[in-house]
Amino acid sequence: MDYLTIIQILDSALRLATPLLLTCLAGLFSERAGVVDIGLEGKLLAAAFLAGAAAAVTGSIWIGLLAGVAGSLAFSMLHGLASITFKGDQLISGVALNFLAAGLTVVIGQSWFKLGGRTPSLSGDGRFESWNLPFSDAMAKIPVVGPAYDELISGHTALTYLALLAVPLSWWVLYRSRFGLRLRAVGENPSAVDTAGISVVKLRYAALVIAGVLCGLAGTYLASLAAGFVKDMSAGRGYIALAALIFAKWRPWYALWATLLFGLLEAIGNRYQSIALGDFVIPVQFMQALPYILTVIILAGFVGKAIPPRASGQSYVKER
Amino acid sequence: MNKMPKWADAVLIPLISILLAFFFSGLVIWAIGKDPVVAIKTMVQGAFGSTSGISYTLYYATNFIFTGLAVAVAYHARLFNIGGEGQAMLGGLGVTLVCLAVPWPHWMLALPAAMIGGALFGAAWAFIPAWLQAKRGSHIVITTIMFNYIGAALLGYLLTKVLKVPGSMLTESARFPEGAHLPNFSEILAPFGINFSPNAPANMAFFVALLCTFLFWILIWKTRLGYEIRAYGQSETAAKYAGINPSRIVIIAMLISGGLAGLMAINNVMGEAERLIDNAVEGAGFIGIAVALMGRNHPIGILLAALLFGFLYQGGAELSFWESIPRELVVVIQALVIMFTGALDNMVRMPLEKLFVALGKNKKKEA
Repeated sequence: MDYLTIIQILDSALRLATPLLLTCLAGLFSERAGVVDIGLEGKLLAAAFLAGAAAAVTGSIWIGLLAGVAGSLAFSMLHGLASITFKGDQLISGVALNFLAAGLTVVIGQSWFKLGGRTPSLSGDGRFESWNLPFSDAMAKIPVVGPAYDELISGHTALTYLALLAVPLSWWVLYRSRFGLRLRAVGENPSAVDTAGISVVKLRYAALVIAGVLCGLAGTYLASLAAGFVKDMSAGRGYIALAALIFAKWRPWYALWATLLFGLLEAIGNRYQSIALGDFVIPVQFMQALPYILTVIILAGFVGKAIPPRASGQSYVKER
Repeated sequence: MNKMPKWADAVLIPLISILLAFFFSGLVIWAIGKDPVVAIKTMVQGAFGSTSGISYTLYYATNFIFTGLAVAVAYHARLFNIGGEGQAMLGGLGVTLVCLAVPWPHWMLALPAAMIGGALFGAAWAFIPAWLQAKRGSHIVITTIMFNYIGAALLGYLLTKVLKVPGSMLTESARFPEGAHLPNFSEILAPFGINFSPNAPANMAFFVALLCTFLFWILIWKTRLGYEIRAYGQSETAAKYAGINPSRIVIIAMLISGGLAGLMAINNVMGEAERLIDNAVEGAGFIGIAVALMGRNHPIGILLAALLFGFLYQGGAELSFWESIPRELVVVIQALVIMFTGALDNMVRMPLEKLFVALGKNKKKEA
């Protein structure tokens, strides 16, 4: 494996990690506020569909982005209605939303475009264009550093840079702002927050709004990357993001490393159908399953314990 | 505190929830420019209008009885098993290994062996998440989701590399021997002089499913273990005080749950395909969640819900054929059923409770 191949794999890893990172951060805000979100997958899918549809019709991915975020937000609010307002089971609501997205996107997609659930393919302004950072062409000629800058750091779409930017931003919001302090408190001990005269319901809805927007971005990114929506295109990424979230122990910087790792696994799996280690061949299916296996190992507490926010999964009832 | 009569809790609330789910499903059909009434007619005609349709309906229902019971057993212990899909996949592997192991002389011998194989493999796939939940506190919902994916990868590998017939292009196992063929409804009913579509898939496994439904009822309400499972589900601390070992209950409940999901394979793998194919479970593991929620984790409820979903599945197939409404409409209905009977339960319950409290007060005044 030569240097350029490594750079290309890392570049592809960053590309694949972007939707995971955005989705993972979405889950981070939601779960830090005490709302478990296994509906990430559904939001991702709904956003990808609406973004793909709107971009195909209008020819602009930015309008697609608005539609994607709106769709994801609608799902997020439905989750809030069920799990916050009506104090229903958050897990069940999440499961329902995943199925709702899986079904609706195909049923509506077929009705709108008659392409078997796909949206027309996107081209030109229908997709995000990659941003060439300054001097990337000039730098490309410099050995070692040049290709790394040109291939790996430069040439991604706006959303990749936005996702990377979202990491320090999330960290700052969660750990340095008043809102973040309250948000974390509501995920650990909602009655204390309530006693302080702050609305638990409002805070949790706020967290779901953030989660909805982030998932919307991630879904739009998927639609743009694949040049259109195809049935089930999220392909379990919502669950992988959830796995990354546990892997990251519900912290923003760790979320970045976890999603990059999972992106890298996917990139390697895409490039090499099977990897030979001497006589032993690692099958491609093993590479596909590795994120899930890693998550189970982490969850088992063999590699550091992952402790979720204390009140996550519980709806808040004022008087017990 | 009894705010509502028992019948309202057991029948009225689920009924209203389901009606709401169907109402919104109708809206979806209407929104894509189709006629909901025509759609329902097509579905009923497709599911019950011919013996072939009935057979498919019962075949799907059989799958959902197994997975619905699987979800329900775990739910009685307050465990949310989303891993039915993976457990049913592995059950398929177990059934396949048993069926291909020996040239079975007769299905009466093959069926019990295959049941053990399927249940064992399904239970084994549930065991690791159960053990991790009981001993290490890892959340069972997340681990069972992960195990669905790990199971899919494992089966993908086995089908392409190990079980595949050498030289064949298809990613499927060899065909099961003649002796492992389960009689289908046409063969079962022929001696009684009833004509039933010979190529439709409903088979012997349906009766195994009915038997499991009955055994489920005995287990949960008539045995000590069932009592312990329910006690643990109601309150972990109370169960501990009563001398019930929580890890034991978690593991046993999940083993039974995984075993039931694995048993599904005698229907789809042994009864229908008669070989192991890719994605044989087709989401039945997930439908089990909707079936258990809708059936209120009670065997009769599960049976009815499974039949309803069998109808939706078969009717949905007809719908895509005649009305060009995609099959995924069933997934939408399934989602709405889970949403309304599961997560939005309080939306129906709270106003009803108020209503019954108000009615109760009036009666007291009159008396």
